[in-house]
Amino acid sequence: MSSKTVREMIEENKSSKTNFRGVTEKVMPKFLLLCAIISVLTTFGIVFTLIFETFNFFSKVSFLEFITSPDWYPMHSNASFGIRPLILGTLTIAAIAILVALPLGLAAAIFLSEYASDRMRRIVKPVLEVLAGVPTIVYGFFALTFVTPLLQNIIPGLSIYNALSPGIVVGVMIIPMIASLSEDAMSAVPNAIREGAYAMGATKFEVAIKVVFPAALSGIIASIVLAISRAIGETMIVTVAGGANPTSAIDITNAIQTMTAYIVQISLGDAGYGTTAYYSIYAVGMTLFVFTLIMNLAAYFISRKFREVY
Amino acid sequence: MQMINNEKVKKRILRRLASNKFFKWLFIAATGLALLTLAVLLIRIVTQGASSLDWNFMTSFASRRAEDAGIKSAFVGTIWLMVVTAPIAFTLGVGTAIYLEEYAKKGKFTSLIQMNIANLAGVPSIVFGLLGLTIFVRELGLGRSVLAGGLTMSLLILPIIVVASQEAIRAVPGHLREGSFAMGATKWQTIIRIVIPSALPGILTGNILALSRAVGETAPLIMIGALTYIAFLPENLMSQFTVMPIQIFNWTGRPQEAFQAVAAAGIIVLMIMLIIMNSIAVYIRNKFTKRY
Repeated sequence: MSSKTVREMIEENKSSKTNFRGVTEKVMPKFLLLCAIISVLTTFGIVFTLIFETFNFFSKVSFLEFITSPDWYPMHSNASFGIRPLILGTLTIAAIAILVALPLGLAAAIFLSEYASDRMRRIVKPVLEVLAGVPTIVYGFFALTFVTPLLQNIIPGLSIYNALSPGIVVGVMIIPMIASLSEDAMSAVPNAIREGAYAMGATKFEVAIKVVFPAALSGIIASIVLAISRAIGETMIVTVAGGANPTSAIDITNAIQTMTAYIVQISLGDAGYGTTAYYSIYAVGMTLFVFTLIMNLAAYFISRKFREVY
Repeated sequence: MQMINNEKVKKRILRRLASNKFFKWLFIAATGLALLTLAVLLIRIVTQGASSLDWNFMTSFASRRAEDAGIKSAFVGTIWLMVVTAPIAFTLGVGTAIYLEEYAKKGKFTSLIQMNIANLAGVPSIVFGLLGLTIFVRELGLGRSVLAGGLTMSLLILPIIVVASQEAIRAVPGHLREGSFAMGATKWQTIIRIVIPSALPGILTGNILALSRAVGETAPLIMIGALTYIAFLPENLMSQFTVMPIQIFNWTGRPQEAFQAVAAAGIIVLMIMLIIMNSIAVYIRNKFTKRY
């Protein structure tokens, strides 16, 4: 029986498998790095696609017209490409949405973080988050076939396609975003601070509003900014229930068109490949991308910079 | 000497207690309203669509007549899309997460990737549609195919998968890795035999949830040009296709009243599918996640 030292056995073991194992050890990190780089490439892909095609668009339509013209008539014989109506439509929807989502979302966040028992929170929070998981086309259907007729009973002059109904439904969609993220921020406020306030004789409401809320403010603001960004980028609800009427006259009882809804309208086949209207979706997409990027970066830095550290 | 005015204090306390109670109920009411909306949404769709939902609906193609319309091609299209999207998104997403958690050194490049992923998660889905239309459909010449749709969807859900997988990998305690290293395992052996198996429930949960997001997405696939009227099943990766949300969108847009019930029936099928996927994800998380 041959006897070997441990060292020899290790050496032997190493040399027999060195090739395969060594290669795996070297190749896998590179492969994984490649995966990580693809996510960066996606961003570059988005940015370059948008810039390149937007450039094509601006070779046909002047930038000045794009930002100053009050009309958006892409399919007219006498076409006019002024982004303003689309931006106004988008902001109208976002404003209505935030008017709905802000009070409801914050109230739900305060309830979950300060009032609800652990058991209650464990049940209510996931159910509330289901609202964020419902596909947007379902919300669109709901807005068109339920919310709009309901509102028409209250507001007689409301047209079938209007800004109000999709605005409200987008608001419902972003409630869980505000509620859930704000609740996280408020739950992170240490209990010692609450107890200090209670010891001074504060009521539960006073503790929630005057102590916990300010302490969690950066997280709450970040959640609101993210929710607005989500409302701006929302597509199907406004496409289905908002109509296709780009207008600078803000009237929430009438049809409007958002940037996202315009992109869908064109890609559904109203404009052929290579036409000015076709390239215009990239210019609109670029505008949309810049809007949401600024808001997302803002949320990112607000939650980092102004975080209270305990 | 100033005495404490008992009357005044009592009054003030009563007022504070009253507002305390009032706001408590206001907060409860607001939360209740949000939950009520969800309930109304679900009940409304079930009552609208239940009458159109039968076996014929599942086995028929789209039709111009509401009573003949079915969701077969869209349902099969959605399955195709999932089959294409899942492996690509899983490989890229989990790969990125492993790289970031196990290999990447802290520095500018790593935080660039990290911030980039956070930002990608906030990009509107329709912008991913523009990317897919330009790169996959036109530049790479894939056409309006399942493959182009799947690739676009993979990129869309990539950030969700990366973040979820990172959290799962981060939750694996360091001493497991050190134990593995102490036994002479190499880095990759440790990752593939120790870290990934421990993190797998979390990773799978994240992947299934991300996939369910892809199943419910409409806008990017409209951009890609997934058709709204299609009376055949996809045969291979290059086939044209449609998916359930697009079929529902198409039905919702029809002026005839009868198509609303058909759309609602389609929504029920879609929602049941999402509920099943989410339940599986929650089950895996609760059943298999190990706590250390």
